[in-house]
Amino acid sequence: MRRLAGVEDEEKWLAEGIAGIQHNAFFMHRALDANNLREVLKYSALMLSELRTSKLSPQKYYDLYMRAFDQLRQLEIFFNDESRHGLPVVDLYELVQHAGNILPRMYLLCTVGSVYIKSKQAPSKDVLKDLVEMCRGVQHPIRGLFLRSYLAQVSRDKLPEIGSDYEGDANTVMDAVEFVLQNFTEMNKLWVRIQHQGPGTVREKQEKERNELRDLVGKNLHVLGQIEGVDLDMYKETVLPRVLEQVVNCKDELAQYYLMECIIQVFPDEYHLQTLETLLAACTQLMVEIFSQPTVDTKIVLTQLMDRLSNYAASSPDVLHEFLQVEAFAKLSNAIGKVIDTQIEMPIVGAMTLFVSLLTFTLRVHPDRLDYVDQVLGACVVKLSSVPKLEDARAMKQVVALLSAPLEKYNDIVTALTLSNYPRVMDHLDDGTNKVMAMLIIQSIMKNDSCISTADKVEVLFELIKGLIKDLDGTDTEELDEEDFQEEQNSVARLIHMLDNEEPEEMLKIICVVRKHLMTGGPRRLPFTVPPLIFSALRLVRQLESLGGDITGEEVPTNPRKIFQILNQTIEVLSSVPCPELALRLYLQCAEAASDCDLEPVAYEFFTQAFILYEEEIADSKAQVTAIHLIVGTLQRINVFGVENRDTLTHKATGYSARLLKKPDQCRAVYACSHLFWVDDLDGNKDGERVLLCLRRALRIANAAQQMANATRGSSGPVTLFVEILNKYIYFFEKGNPHITPSDVQSLIELINTEMQSDNGNTTIHSDPFFTSTLRYIRFQKQKGGLMGDKYDLIKL
Amino acid sequence: MNYLLGAFKPACNISITFTDGKNRKQVPIKKDNGQTVMNPLFQSQETIAGKVCIEPYQGKKVEHNGVKVELLGQIEMYFDRGNFYDFTSLVRELDVPGEIYEKKAYPFEFSSVEMPYETYNGVNVRLRYVLKVTVTRGYAGSIVEYQDFVVRNYTPQPPMNNSIKMEVGIEDCLHIEFEYNKSKYHLKDVILGKIYFLLVRIKIKNMDLEIRRRESTGAGANTHVETETLAKFELMDGAPVRGESIPVRLFLTPYDLTPTHKNINNKFSVKYYLNLVLVDEEDRRYFKQQEITLYRLKEETS
Repeated sequence: MRRLAGVEDEEKWLAEGIAGIQHNAFFMHRALDANNLREVLKYSALMLSELRTSKLSPQKYYDLYMRAFDQLRQLEIFFNDESRHGLPVVDLYELVQHAGNILPRMYLLCTVGSVYIKSKQAPSKDVLKDLVEMCRGVQHPIRGLFLRSYLAQVSRDKLPEIGSDYEGDANTVMDAVEFVLQNFTEMNKLWVRIQHQGPGTVREKQEKERNELRDLVGKNLHVLGQIEGVDLDMYKETVLPRVLEQVVNCKDELAQYYLMECIIQVFPDEYHLQTLETLLAACTQLMVEIFSQPTVDTKIVLTQLMDRLSNYAASSPDVLHEFLQVEAFAKLSNAIGKVIDTQIEMPIVGAMTLFVSLLTFTLRVHPDRLDYVDQVLGACVVKLSSVPKLEDARAMKQVVALLSAPLEKYNDIVTALTLSNYPRVMDHLDDGTNKVMAMLIIQSIMKNDSCISTADKVEVLFELIKGLIKDLDGTDTEELDEEDFQEEQNSVARLIHMLDNEEPEEMLKIICVVRKHLMTGGPRRLPFTVPPLIFSALRLVRQLESLGGDITGEEVPTNPRKIFQILNQTIEVLSSVPCPELALRLYLQCAEAASDCDLEPVAYEFFTQAFILYEEEIADSKAQVTAIHLIVGTLQRINVFGVENRDTLTHKATGYSARLLKKPDQCRAVYACSHLFWVDDLDGNKDGERVLLCLRRALRIANAAQQMANATRGSSGPVTLFVEILNKYIYFFEKGNPHITPSDVQSLIELINTEMQSDNGNTTIHSDPFFTSTLRYIRFQKQKGGLMGDKYDLIKL
Repeated sequence: MNYLLGAFKPACNISITFTDGKNRKQVPIKKDNGQTVMNPLFQSQETIAGKVCIEPYQGKKVEHNGVKVELLGQIEMYFDRGNFYDFTSLVRELDVPGEIYEKKAYPFEFSSVEMPYETYNGVNVRLRYVLKVTVTRGYAGSIVEYQDFVVRNYTPQPPMNNSIKMEVGIEDCLHIEFEYNKSKYHLKDVILGKIYFLLVRIKIKNMDLEIRRRESTGAGANTHVETETLAKFELMDGAPVRGESIPVRLFLTPYDLTPTHKNINNKFSVKYYLNLVLVDEEDRRYFKQQEITLYRLKEETS
């Protein structure tokens, strides 16, 4: 028994078979050389008898077959040459039928038959009919399949197709089609039969073997597809119905699936289009019939069909009208609906796959019909609603594909936003997938640089990506991967910048919509999403400003003041996070913008907020240092404040500076504050005295810091702070602050020199590079001469 | 020793030739010793004419009591070997007693001889036609020479030739319907037919069509039947399913067949059967035998 035998045995049998073929082929060749017909027939029959084995798997049998096949080519050449064997081919045709065993007999008959047709001594259709009929004698599936495939092969170039030598008179292309169809039908029967043989335990192996054999069967369809002269009518009237009949009747899922696939692959697209109805009817019929076996993938067949048609449509725009003519969309849509309705058992993933294909088809064929797209999505929603929450990962993937398809096609989310069923499909995704989809949408927007410009669309868009915007019910936030989360939120942040409209009014609406959605995001998201919103709003403010400020008047809602109110409220939310540093920065940004708009009270308010935050929320000393520098920097640039407000704020700022924890920080903050009193503009506030006060105070702090270091560590450390202050001195000196005199500078330099010496005590001068380069700068300025040089000349080094 | 050998040698050489021997068709006949020799072919009602040549050996003379030629139709049973039953016997006297000194030729003729039976070489029986020349001698024993010839009789196409059609089967196991296009075939005929499977519940391995010859000899209690399978022709390989029909096309030419012989001179009969055999995977055989009539059709061309 073949089933029980191991691979080794099979190898052995194959080797024996090959040896047998070679042995007899040798004698056959001798007889061929001697033109001895009788011996030729004897040895060729013996050789072919090796093919009678039942021991080999299809693959091994194929090996054996190919070897015999090669030999048969030699034989055919011999048969072809009447001068060599001396018999009319018609006699030869009889003679080979004397062989006692059917398999060798049939191989020989097919070989002679092909010669017979070639000789044109008999109508090719008669010979073909006889051959295909006589082959019925071989009922063993594998042997029969190979025999018939041999027949198909030798007859391939002898079919009476149009344009061939064998066509004409009584031989029409119809005969060729008839022949191939019959051979196909018989082969399919044999192929299907394999599954009914042998016990159930070897089922799997059989399936595998059958799969190996399927191309032999499919080859016939291939030939049918290639026969010249099969026009649409013939295809419609004869070929397709006959093939489909076979497919439907064979009641074998593997075959049905494979054959449908073949049909779709081998025949031209336009034929499919014209016979769409028939084809779809067959598909649905298959679906219904094998209702109990949902494993069969008729849906794949449908999918392939649609893909094929899609590609066809994409290949040339000229054919599109054909699609319209046959109402391809309606038919496909109907068929799919039917399939899905009847096959309740079908896993949801199957249905989704179908929808994806249909959608792809629609997008390719009817890119202008958004209603079709929406219709497909609508059908999908219906299907999804009928099942419990989607859990199958593959189905989910299909839905994502479904939703991505329009994005890719239109390259524009805006189009997708007009599809009313789009968000309804998204609702059926689980949270994770929803996010993935949302990311895809955002990426699509980014990739295509598409700008969403109306509040309505923004509303829809945020509805779509709400998975990213807020925590959905039942999501366990703990499980989320931090990196993914950041990535997602960064995407959202980027997205916000894509929302833009030239019209300030609409833009404000957009901002309000975005704000509304973002506010639901919760503390984890706000730090990511608020800044872009703020900056987006500030951009609007600046735009308004550049248009000439508040030209439209107070009554119009779109005015900076109004925006600043919104911003204030928005930043306030951050305090709940809490995220004071961020809020502080944003306040300062707003303040600066407000200053640019000449809105003093607003700017003051923002500063107040910033200071409150500093006082109440920012406890970390490092954060404080940063905050102070930010405050000072911003304050320095703002010029909107009146004297009083300014004094209050600068006073506060310097006060904070002096109260920093670490002395060096204090020192640096204080000398930074000096800039608050000296704005280097034409009409800037220039209060030289207070600058000097600040610097002196900084010096004092630096001294104290030095001493403290001395006391605690025994060495005073570098003189960096002094050098930094020296640089400030030099800056203001250059800027012409009358309170900074050359002697001040000079004495500071001496102080530093002393410090350095005392610090290094025993060692020689260890120069500080910063200090050295500062001195070099002074010398350089001296040498350069001119106005500045004169000034510097007063400083003695 | 030479003279001794010479003593046992026949005194003369006798040869028998047919008038149209050169042109007459020769057919092979298997002899007892297994060799095949070519013999001239005749049919009933033909005139058999020729020449008998008697040629004494060098320097010898043949004394005789008369020379005759006989045409014999004989049936020989192998269980009764050497015993011939002559169903036809014709004699022509060729010479009166005398002496032959040199080569002498005697023409003879049997005109329109009735030869109803065909030459037949079977397992247990042989039917042959022979010309027997006897040179009768008194003391030294007669000198006898034989010349075989073959008789074949042709039959016209039978006016009625129905097909054989039959449904057979084993209940719930196997039902087939077979059809052979005729019931009477000539020897160069081709059997066409179809085997139609109505029900298949057994695992069939293959199906053969056999041609079997049944030769019965003797009569009554002594009847001896011998069956030979002359042809074994594979019709089908593998197991068919219900509804399958398998074509039959069997050329009779390659097989060594004779016409059906019915009760030849009350001595023997030869009948032919088509035996359809199905073999299952356990090598069990299921078969159905149908008699066919074979006849010899006059060949158009020769």
